[in-house]
Amino acid sequence: MTHLLEVRQLRIEIGERCLVHTLDLVLNQGERLAILGCNGAGKSTLLLTLAGLRPAASGRVLLDGVDCHQLAPRAAALRRAWLGQYLSDPFGSGVLETVLTGRHPHLGRWDWESGRDSEIARGALAAVGLRNMETRQVHTLSGGERQRLNIATLLAQAAGLYLLDEPLAHLDLNHQMAVLELFSGAARDCGAGVIMVLHDPGLAHRFCDRALLIHNDGQTEIGTVDSILTAKNLSQLYGYPLHQVEDGGHRCFMPA
Amino acid sequence: MPSRRRAALIIVLFCLLAVASVLMALMVGTFSVSAPAVFAALFGGESEGADIVLQLRLPRALAGFACGGLLALAGALMQVLLRNPLADPYVLGISGGAGVGALFAILLGLPAVGIDGLAFVGALGAMLLVFGLAHGDGSWTQTRLLLTGVIVAAGCGALVALMLAIAPDDRLRGMLFWLMGDLAQAGNWWPGFLALIVALGVAMPFARELNLLARGIMQAQALGVAVNRLRYVIYLLASLATAAAVTTAGSIGFIGLVVPHLVRLATGNDQRLLLPASALAGGSLLVFADTLARTVAAPQQLPVGVLTALIGVPVFLYLLSRQPK
Repeated sequence: MTHLLEVRQLRIEIGERCLVHTLDLVLNQGERLAILGCNGAGKSTLLLTLAGLRPAASGRVLLDGVDCHQLAPRAAALRRAWLGQYLSDPFGSGVLETVLTGRHPHLGRWDWESGRDSEIARGALAAVGLRNMETRQVHTLSGGERQRLNIATLLAQAAGLYLLDEPLAHLDLNHQMAVLELFSGAARDCGAGVIMVLHDPGLAHRFCDRALLIHNDGQTEIGTVDSILTAKNLSQLYGYPLHQVEDGGHRCFMPA
Repeated sequence: MPSRRRAALIIVLFCLLAVASVLMALMVGTFSVSAPAVFAALFGGESEGADIVLQLRLPRALAGFACGGLLALAGALMQVLLRNPLADPYVLGISGGAGVGALFAILLGLPAVGIDGLAFVGALGAMLLVFGLAHGDGSWTQTRLLLTGVIVAAGCGALVALMLAIAPDDRLRGMLFWLMGDLAQAGNWWPGFLALIVALGVAMPFARELNLLARGIMQAQALGVAVNRLRYVIYLLASLATAAAVTTAGSIGFIGLVVPHLVRLATGNDQRLLLPASALAGGSLLVFADTLARTVAAPQQLPVGVLTALIGVPVFLYLLSRQPK
């Protein structure tokens, strides 16, 4: 059987620096993986490489069993959706219009967005709590609203694999939980695969099945959240002593 | 985002505007021709002033329309390619290169066809130079492309100034008119017109991909756009469209920068609508401006480039001020 994502002997370099030595990874339907590491450790670069948006130094990334660099851009866009960290709109654009860009890979060259596409886009907006903002201009939204708009665009793309670079950026607490629950639901109910870069190990423990730690020297560790997200591992990862607190099955990590 | 039907309706309106501008150009002048007489002349009937309409005004109006359309289309494409609202067709040095070629030809005393030829060669030279320098190591980010273009344009500006300084007095007026942009020098109307149709025909299949490119290179790539190929196509297309326009009528300013913004304010930023509407509006505005340029100070003819700016600036400022904050 083919896996949503399969990574074989992946090595990632930027210039002279090696960010990831060798990484082997398999992600199946319905699985959620958290990526943790310090600033500059290579989390975003790894995510870009997994999306096939950046060439690897060596090794292969397979999406549904096909090498991501052999897929046409549109075919890749139907398999995986990528949420980036930075987005600027030099030209204004409406909220619904922006979400509809997510439908691009589903449309032929001369197709115009159909009523069904608009329905999907409205559904995606409702899922992130932006139901009444369809006609707003993007530049009038707050940072958190924009982040939710980007997530709605991703949902409209309706790919089987979500690659999320800091999906919680700019979000307040209730929306952080809502977004994490949204993607957990997509994994549980629709069999989506989710890989997300997170900065809170507690949330990673609560909302992911496995975690991948990227150390600054290019070494990686991967395992179930229970086994790998421990005070000892994380203190070493971040280079700062952390205490582990348990509360009703949830783990929380506090700076010592 | 407009529905397909609404977009078609808007395009029809812009077509009517285009027809009206050309009709006005055919009627107005030192010798004014009535609308029925214009129609009679166009459709082969006998009428007073038929020669003026068919041999003087029609070729000039069509050449002007093509130039304006090409410049506005190139401007819209450059703004998306560079993701910069301040970009215009000249920002990457193409008009500078054409200016160097054209002024050199005028300096040598070449005939019109030589001026056009060297202007086109200069435009292509500048395009290849900017592309080669910006693309050197294969990265070609928007910033690098923009900076390279600005520097090459500055270099061309220096050469143009040098030639103006050493040119004999009797050639200076021709040079200045070329630099300001002037349709009196337009020869054949059909090459520009053909270029406009081909350019629109090439750009339109990529229009929805350009919508995504406007949001960011990575975002577009992630959503299934072959970004590198798209950027090559758009760079070449915008450059060639600009080269065709400046070869026909010199570097007419302002149309390429302002018309896409005017259209954007009126119709939104969907490239599927913006590109054809900009081409139509740019053509109409230039024909309208040229008609004024011929008549305002008649029998003296003004360079149309002066008029495009004089019309464009207040219209643009007005539209900008009534935009909701």
